Amino acid sequence: MARADEPVPSVERLTDAAARKAELAVAPEIVANTFGEYFRAWVVRVRGGESGVLPVVVGLIAIALIFQAQNSKFLSAGNLTNLLVQGAVFMLLGMGEVFALLLGEIDLSIGFVSGIGGVVTAELVVEPRGWPWWAAILTALAATAAIGALHGTLITRLRLPSFVVTLAGLLGWQGVMLLMLGSGGTFPIPNDIINDLANGNLTPWAGWLIMAVVITAFAALTMTRDTRRRRSGVVVAPLSLTVLKICGVAAAGVALVVICNTNRGALVPIRGVPWVVPIVLGVLGAWTLLLGRTRFGRYMYAIGGNPEAARRAGINLTRIRTAAFALASMTAGIGGIIYASRLRSVSTSLDGGTLVLYSVAAAVIGGTSLFGGRGKALHAVLGGLIIAAIYNGMGLLGMSAASQNMITALVLLAAVTVDALARRGRAASGRV
Amino acid sequence: MSTVETSGRDLPEPLPTSGGPERPDQPLLELHRIDKNFGPVQALVDVELAVPSGQVTALVGDNGAGKTVLIKCVAGIWEPDGGQIYWEGRPVHIRSPREAAALGIETVYQDLALCDNLDIVQNMFLGRERLHRRLLDEDQMERAAAETLARLSVTSIRSIRQPVASLSGGQRQAVAVARAVMWNSKLVIMDEPTAALGVAQTAMVLDLTRQLADQGIAVIMISHNLINVFKVADRLAVLYLGRMVAAGPASEFDRQIVVDVMTTGTSSRSVGESMPTTTDGVD
Repeated sequence: MARADEPVPSVERLTDAAARKAELAVAPEIVANTFGEYFRAWVVRVRGGESGVLPVVVGLIAIALIFQAQNSKFLSAGNLTNLLVQGAVFMLLGMGEVFALLLGEIDLSIGFVSGIGGVVTAELVVEPRGWPWWAAILTALAATAAIGALHGTLITRLRLPSFVVTLAGLLGWQGVMLLMLGSGGTFPIPNDIINDLANGNLTPWAGWLIMAVVITAFAALTMTRDTRRRRSGVVVAPLSLTVLKICGVAAAGVALVVICNTNRGALVPIRGVPWVVPIVLGVLGAWTLLLGRTRFGRYMYAIGGNPEAARRAGINLTRIRTAAFALASMTAGIGGIIYASRLRSVSTSLDGGTLVLYSVAAAVIGGTSLFGGRGKALHAVLGGLIIAAIYNGMGLLGMSAASQNMITALVLLAAVTVDALARRGRAASGRV
Repeated sequence: MSTVETSGRDLPEPLPTSGGPERPDQPLLELHRIDKNFGPVQALVDVELAVPSGQVTALVGDNGAGKTVLIKCVAGIWEPDGGQIYWEGRPVHIRSPREAAALGIETVYQDLALCDNLDIVQNMFLGRERLHRRLLDEDQMERAAAETLARLSVTSIRSIRQPVASLSGGQRQAVAVARAVMWNSKLVIMDEPTAALGVAQTAMVLDLTRQLADQGIAVIMISHNLINVFKVADRLAVLYLGRMVAAGPASEFDRQIVVDVMTTGTSSRSVGESMPTTTDGVD
């Protein structure tokens, strides 16, 4: 059975040069032994359409430079910290959406499901119920996970398209949210801890401590894994690269804490890393581990790549897919709680339709494929950062909502174009 | 002088197929009077087949002859309606692919069932990942995969950490075969392994098939390409309209005979002049 993407016999007549180039087009860490080789392999790979997160980072730098040129406040400590908090909701919702996109599906409901998460939390901490904050949050996450499991069950058992099921969810859960809020409109949250999730800051030294722990753990894990791989004789990236990676992460962490610990208050001093930073990093770490190092994650990629192959390998597609939708909704629930916390209230004006579009945009701008099988939780974090930067920057420049929407649309189109061009590049170099 | 013996009747129980001198003991897999119906359609009628270890048995037949149905009965996808399957001399019922795998039967399907976005190691272990403290044990899997590929003399792959999407058709086939033999399989069924391949890659896959047999694994290969069949097969089995019309060592056939049997169910020719074919297809 001939496959359209299959290299035809011409592949057998590779010239030496072409063969070398093809070798270099695979992941650099598996062909390179020295840093120089690695760099050259990486350049070839970027040209071949396997650019990883590079375009996103370049885009982020470009956006920062443009806005900084227009308004010197953009790169101020206060604004950058603010931007992190603004982006947290997009990042969390985007990480939820990655679970659906990885399967080649879509979840349109997570905007209003996140709203349900916020409303449930608010309703439970308010008198007369007066639940403790942690019980309210856990119940809200359980509720959103159950909603996702319901979507997943309808999609897998009844074989309904995820687009339709979650579109119904988009309407239906908005209705449920309005019902829960009643005619009150806006509903303040009378709980300091929940309000602090998005508005509170760590003390400066706590920020340093957490960052030190995170960086040390990352370095230790990376180094032990590399050492073990080197000892057992499997291919591994050159040591210099590992060290460079650790240094990069450490530098980013230090910069983040320095920026956040700078006084950004006008009248009273405000300093410290916002609570949302460790929250987002925690979710990112958990989902990265889940997708990258567990069977569940492996099966997610397998189902996104070739469901039939996954089925024949004995993977229970129904269970994995249902769990993926449950995780998508639960992650959205976390985002919804942060969103409510930032506003210190929940209200009927929550626009879940716009939120879901931003969450898809965050995942795709970050590099997750719309076609399944490719994507990472990190993509949603980077994409969320870009969306937040655009909104924040245009707000600083005093641009209208209309132009903000149009520019975000252009960025989304650009990201999808990059994805499509990268796919074409991969096809040209024999990769799909 | 006819090669052809229509489906064997009144056969003694441990079915002796054409006993070549190269076959010391009983066949690994024996099918005895296998029937399979799909509603009114009789897909398989009293099929007899013996598959010895260490040999490549080519299953040939025209479209609709029942080749795929037959291997799906062995692979546990369908259960036969009648007859008995013997595995290492014992009667067995193979109800699911998992049960087939437990016996040591692995099937390489025509579409290979590989995930393009996963790398070679990930594909070879898909569904059977090894864990270390509940996380994937990538190092151990990588070493095991490398060993299997080396054992099969698959050397054209630059790195086993490259995604399957970057492999040629022959390399993909090699990965699919390596995945099948990784689990101490005793029987590997290959459905049209060379159908989509170019000349050099076909040669590579045929080499690989030979390697499996030389390592003592029984191989059933479905192929339409009689040139390839005669290059690699030790034994031939010809299906015609759901019946096993001829089976025996490859030396008892030539291409013209096989074409005759495939298309008409019988042949009056003999191989050359020196080797009159015997009737030992199934009895």
